[in-house]
Amino acid sequence: MAGRPARQPEGPPPPPTVCKIRLRYAKRGRLRFTSHRDIARIVERAIRRANLPIAHSAGFSPHPKISWVGAAPTGVASEAEYVELGLMRVVEAADAAAALGSSLPPGLDIVDAVVAGPGSLAERMEASVWELRLPGADRGAVDEAQERFAAVPEVLVSRRTKGGLRDIDVRGATLNLAISEVDVPGCVILQAVVRHTTPVVRPDDVLAGLRSLAPLELSSPLVATRLAQGPLCAPEIRFSDFHGGNVGETAVGDPLAPDRVPVGSDRSLSA
Amino acid sequence: MPVESVFPALEALLPRVSKPVQYVGGELNAQTKDWDACDVRWALMYPDAYEVGLPNQGLQILYEVLNEQPGTLAERTYSVWPDLEALMREYGVPQFTVDGHRPVTAFDVLGISFATELGYTNLLTALDLAGIPIHAVDRTDEHPLVLAGGHAAFNPEPMADFVDGAVLGDGEKAVLAITEQIRLHKQAGSPGGRAGLLVKLAASGILYVPALYEVMYRADGAIETVTPRIPGIPRRVPKHTVTDLDEWPYPKAPLVPLAETVHERASVEIFRGCTRGCRFCQAGMITRPVRERSIDTIGSMIDKSLRATGFNEVGLLSLSSADHSEIAPLTKGLADRYEGTQTSLSLPSTRVDAFNIDLAGELARNGRRSGLTFAPEGGSERLRRVINKTVTEEDLIRTTTAAYAAGWQQVKLYFMCGLPTETDEDVLAIAGMAKSVIAQGRAAAGRPVRVTVSIGGFVPKPHTPFQWAAQASPETVDHRLRLLRDALGRDKAIGYRYHDGKPGQIEGLLARGDRRIGAVIETVWRNGGRFDGWSEHFSYERWVAACDEVFAGSPISLAWFTTRERTRDEVLPWDHLDAGLDRDWLWSDWQDALAAQELDDCRWEGCYDCGVCPSTGADTQIGPTGRTLLPLQPVG
Repeated sequence: MAGRPARQPEGPPPPPTVCKIRLRYAKRGRLRFTSHRDIARIVERAIRRANLPIAHSAGFSPHPKISWVGAAPTGVASEAEYVELGLMRVVEAADAAAALGSSLPPGLDIVDAVVAGPGSLAERMEASVWELRLPGADRGAVDEAQERFAAVPEVLVSRRTKGGLRDIDVRGATLNLAISEVDVPGCVILQAVVRHTTPVVRPDDVLAGLRSLAPLELSSPLVATRLAQGPLCAPEIRFSDFHGGNVGETAVGDPLAPDRVPVGSDRSLSA
Repeated sequence: MPVESVFPALEALLPRVSKPVQYVGGELNAQTKDWDACDVRWALMYPDAYEVGLPNQGLQILYEVLNEQPGTLAERTYSVWPDLEALMREYGVPQFTVDGHRPVTAFDVLGISFATELGYTNLLTALDLAGIPIHAVDRTDEHPLVLAGGHAAFNPEPMADFVDGAVLGDGEKAVLAITEQIRLHKQAGSPGGRAGLLVKLAASGILYVPALYEVMYRADGAIETVTPRIPGIPRRVPKHTVTDLDEWPYPKAPLVPLAETVHERASVEIFRGCTRGCRFCQAGMITRPVRERSIDTIGSMIDKSLRATGFNEVGLLSLSSADHSEIAPLTKGLADRYEGTQTSLSLPSTRVDAFNIDLAGELARNGRRSGLTFAPEGGSERLRRVINKTVTEEDLIRTTTAAYAAGWQQVKLYFMCGLPTETDEDVLAIAGMAKSVIAQGRAAAGRPVRVTVSIGGFVPKPHTPFQWAAQASPETVDHRLRLLRDALGRDKAIGYRYHDGKPGQIEGLLARGDRRIGAVIETVWRNGGRFDGWSEHFSYERWVAACDEVFAGSPISLAWFTTRERTRDEVLPWDHLDAGLDRDWLWSDWQDALAAQELDDCRWEGCYDCGVCPSTGADTQIGPTGRTLLPLQPVG
């Protein structure tokens, strides 16, 4: 094919993006079993039903301008997923959220929306706060595993990645791991603050790491939820700084905070 | 009393299975009606994986038709993969619907759509997981009626041990008639129980109930007679035919799945039936006569469907979509309507002789320019006359060349191997055709072009002129597929895809088998047979072993059912099931096939008296109406 100019579709190029909306959404209940690809299809169709003026890329197969930021694994719920929509008309963030929200299936719920400010959203995502519910786990056993985990510098877990079986250091990525005081009968709940590394450390990796240190019996599979993701508030945080309590909000900041500007300030375009 | 959802028990298993989202339901436009407000409840099953079953049009149509009725509800259930099946057995979770996650056994009817015979073992899995005895004879008033429909149900004899009844033909009115009978039966205090209801349904001609017919065999293995066991049961059971498709504009709000499925588009059936008369094509024979939807109904269905779903592709479905009498104004009208909305149109079945570049241009205007697919089916003109798919090689090459010149880079050609009277040379002619397609396409387009040859074994089907034919053995099919591969050579411009002959032979066994096949199906299933339509699950050896075991010491065998040619006077297992086709006409068409004699389409040439119109009380319904699609009102 070399030497020939790339073919271009006939007709004018598609209208440009004039407005970007950043959305925080939750993936709840049975919707947690959707994969990232499933969510992408669901959102694209919801946008069409909601008649949002989504911009499209040029070329022979135009794609809607939707930028995904990370994604909780299949089977893991989340209160803090993020996506950015490129629109070809200016739309108020709240209006876009309302239109899209009413078109999404229950369980995929929009919880926040802003017009994008400068800077990349993805780069603000430095760490996540995860909740790990361990059904039927023995509190004493979890305590022991958590203490051993805190006491060692490295916990390796094998995981199959695209590049084959790989050892990943779960401990190194985990900034905090504490037993939550939230009381749910028949369940021990852990909260973990985990840095975004490559490959990413997922909640089941954290559990596998704990299990490699002490026996942990569960009556049914782990139920994990991402509670927050965003910039690390205190990058120098050390494991020992937290013991007990809910650490999420203090450890990880709101990634949309830089986009929130005072009412009345002009921002129509940030592309 | 409300039926409890099994979802909590299922949910604990889902993290342990692949693609768990397929089991959670939650599709847009799905319905879960109040259980106690309904007195007739259907579980509708497509006996394959969710990703294949969900898009099935037939099931979606019946789902809406039933749920629109007050007092009637319908939910859907699909085959679970072996990983979940094992966990469901371990934890005692029964076969469930994806709407309310209700156990299938709580419903009045389990309706199964058999699009292909290779779903038979999956029904046994579902029945067993549901806690419903797999043999119809063992069921009691506590169990749902197990009713089959779909194209394969035109010969339900191989499944006669396992189903209580079969519906032939269009399902829209049939499911309502069955619902009404069940309601009346319940209101009357269920006289005669389950058996009483089945007799009523059979006597009314709505349903074929295999248990009410006695089959006698001759010493040579062939059927001697099939007769009703009790008076008042029809000797031949007619098919159902819907006569005005504009009155049945379903599905109105197609299901939009959370999970990825094989077809994700707003599909509208633009006509039903086909009289092109391809002799291998069971669908074309059993769905006659041709009944078109009008251009305005199609337009309004697509509009509603896109709004209800957010799909960005429209499929204009039928057995040969370019044959709609107003296909040109329809595609132009749709391309105008959806200009600039990234909505693409597709015509899944297009004949070479009905195709033109203007049509293709309209299809590609608003979306991706996908590949073009044609199905010459046979490699030589003689063979194409035998199968009555009369397309000349010149026509085909003219069409593909024009497509390449107009910018298409890829054309797919579909063929069958093992057709009646076929020789090695007929199959090798495909290679010559593919090379001409490339050479002339390249010359006209001035750039490289590609063609993919896709070929699979032919399976003779009931209610077609080839119902008497000997199926080619897997060895013959595979030999010819190898010859073709060698003849195509290593030209990078030609892709070659093929399906080997073994699964086709089992499909042939199940398609033209009689009641004695039931024991084979059960044996295969007990030995682990599941998902026979999937090459990674299908085991030819398991089927052969089961045939050997079941047929030992009898005159019948796998070969007897498949590679044996039938005589005119042999009683075929489906002769008492009436697809509307006159048996003598089918026989004469078979003789014409052997003489390589073609037959015209009765839509445009004279009636050749196939028997369908008088026997179904329907006539060919085609346009043109002369109407056009008006622009849509802008939304919001």
